[in-house]
Amino acid sequence: MSAAIEVVDLAVSYGDVRAVDGVSLEVAEGEFVGVLGPNGAGKTTLLELVEGLRRPDAGTVRVLGQPVWPRDPRLLPRIGVQLQASSFFERLTAREQIHTFASLYGVAPARGDEWLERVGLVDKADTRVEGLSGGQAQRLSIACALVHDPELVFLDEPTAALDPQARRNLWDLLAGINDSGRTVVLTTHYMDEAEVLCDRVAVMDAGRVLSMDTPAALVRGLDAPARITVAPGQLRLDEARGLPGVADAVESPDGVVLVTRDPARVVARLAAEDRLDGVRVQTATLEDVFLDLTGREYRA
Amino acid sequence: MTRLAAFRALSLAIVRGFLRDRASVFFSMVFPLMFLVLFGGLLGSQGPSEVHLVQVGEVALLDEMDADARAAFDDTFEVTRSEDLAYAIAEVRRGDADVAIEMHGDTLVAHYTETDQVKAAVTQGALRAFVDGTNVAQSGEPPRFALETERVEDESLETIQFVTPGLLGWAVAMSAAFGAAATLQGWRQTKLLRRLQLAPVSTRTIVAARVAVTLGIALVQMAIFLGLGAAAFGLTLTGSWWAAVPLVVVGTLCFMAIGLLAGALARTTEGAVNAANIVVLPMAFLSGSFFDLSAAPGWLQAISNVLPLKHLNEGMLDVMVRGEGPAAVLVPMAVLAAFAVVVTLAAARIFRWETA
Repeated sequence: MSAAIEVVDLAVSYGDVRAVDGVSLEVAEGEFVGVLGPNGAGKTTLLELVEGLRRPDAGTVRVLGQPVWPRDPRLLPRIGVQLQASSFFERLTAREQIHTFASLYGVAPARGDEWLERVGLVDKADTRVEGLSGGQAQRLSIACALVHDPELVFLDEPTAALDPQARRNLWDLLAGINDSGRTVVLTTHYMDEAEVLCDRVAVMDAGRVLSMDTPAALVRGLDAPARITVAPGQLRLDEARGLPGVADAVESPDGVVLVTRDPARVVARLAAEDRLDGVRVQTATLEDVFLDLTGREYRA
Repeated sequence: MTRLAAFRALSLAIVRGFLRDRASVFFSMVFPLMFLVLFGGLLGSQGPSEVHLVQVGEVALLDEMDADARAAFDDTFEVTRSEDLAYAIAEVRRGDADVAIEMHGDTLVAHYTETDQVKAAVTQGALRAFVDGTNVAQSGEPPRFALETERVEDESLETIQFVTPGLLGWAVAMSAAFGAAATLQGWRQTKLLRRLQLAPVSTRTIVAARVAVTLGIALVQMAIFLGLGAAAFGLTLTGSWWAAVPLVVVGTLCFMAIGLLAGALARTTEGAVNAANIVVLPMAFLSGSFFDLSAAPGWLQAISNVLPLKHLNEGMLDVMVRGEGPAAVLVPMAVLAAFAVVVTLAAARIFRWETA
């Protein structure tokens, strides 16, 4: 597979702030990649550099095999972008909005209507953008980014400022947009979002990519123990400590918590002893990965 | 042709956005028209007011006047009768009447004050004309000399003739500057400018669409102003009025540039519109949009001459109502074009993609 995006030693500063500080990464065609990090980590700046909106101080970006700087009009129809703010024409309806974008890309208006349907905005087609809810505006924004069927699409925090339900609704839409082999790059500051949607995740903080891998590999690489909670009364603390593979056990209001690096073996043993009632297995999450990589709590 | 399609789509989006924004339609179309109605309707009807004349006792000259002469007399004088000379003179002194007349044998005696010098002169002149006219009529000789009056334009332009070009200049300046300032700032804030930068449309196409819409709005303003002025307030345009069209086009570009500068400097849309207002409104006052500056002190006129709106207004006055030839707009157009270029370059230097 050839690379949809190649970034080498990319850096840009605003005054004294190194917004992007020596980033190198590669995204393969068809991949769904997340850039994860707290606010101010440099995600948006990195995206803007990759989109060719900014000139880097150092380093190179190639997108679909072409350099993105200076602006290349032949490359632009092949990429789709959704910027952080809802970048709409004032006082146009949802339909007029997407038709305008379709015209800018030389695409038939009917394609715009198809996308309105796909993102579930047919009911809102005649509503002005100012009258759309946050989730609807994001859907429209994504539809506008995809109306010309780009090979590569950038989504900058599409779920920011949405309530949890709207966020989950949007995930269903997002999960489907790389079905036709499209490459997707998404920034987010939600761990769960990156874990659910992305093939690979780049964890970013202070302008640097600290690590980039599949969510599972990142968590595995952490080599953090799993925590198995057994309902109260199922297991005594000393029994728990004696189980093979258990490194430690502590009492908690929810029951006994077993700390282990071999959760499979421990769960198998509990099953054999018929003590699985109310058992709960917690493995490390991207949040733990972030904490481990940066040495500090994640603050979205 | 995709470029044409993009241009059309952008223009349509801008026009729709404008027409659906009640505030901007009001301030660029309705608000200036309200001024036109106000100035044209109220000030326009203010002809020379009648002279209030009190006739004391019998005045043969008036009482025996034939009907035509009497009608002409009544155009100038509003006559009331009184039998008490002392009271009539007191009325004149108080300013309730302008002149009191009485007959002493064959002599018409007029009592007047010099409080209002124009009225005093009109009164004396008119009464003397009537006395002389009556004398000629009594002699039975046909009059040998006749007087014809021909009016010279400008100094005595009717109110509507003067205010229409000035108010139109202000209206065009305001909507061009506000439109450019609000679009630039608004699109920058929502990152729409960035978004468009990532679409395969050239900056030229985007600018062309915005310019085309603003020019269209300016020409519609012009049509409405001239149409309403002519239809409702007796505005009469002189021969080369059409030369004001290219003048308005260049003027619009100049004020778009000023709006761009305001939009580039400001950090919010409201700030951009306010900045445009702070520039345009005082400029309208100093450029004679609302009142004639020919009586203003020299230093004020000197300031006025460096303002682009003054040149737009003067150029329009020249060709629209003063009857000058189309060449009269060339210098104003050159001045406005120079302003447009300099201000656009300044705006381009100051402009930043991000507001933060």
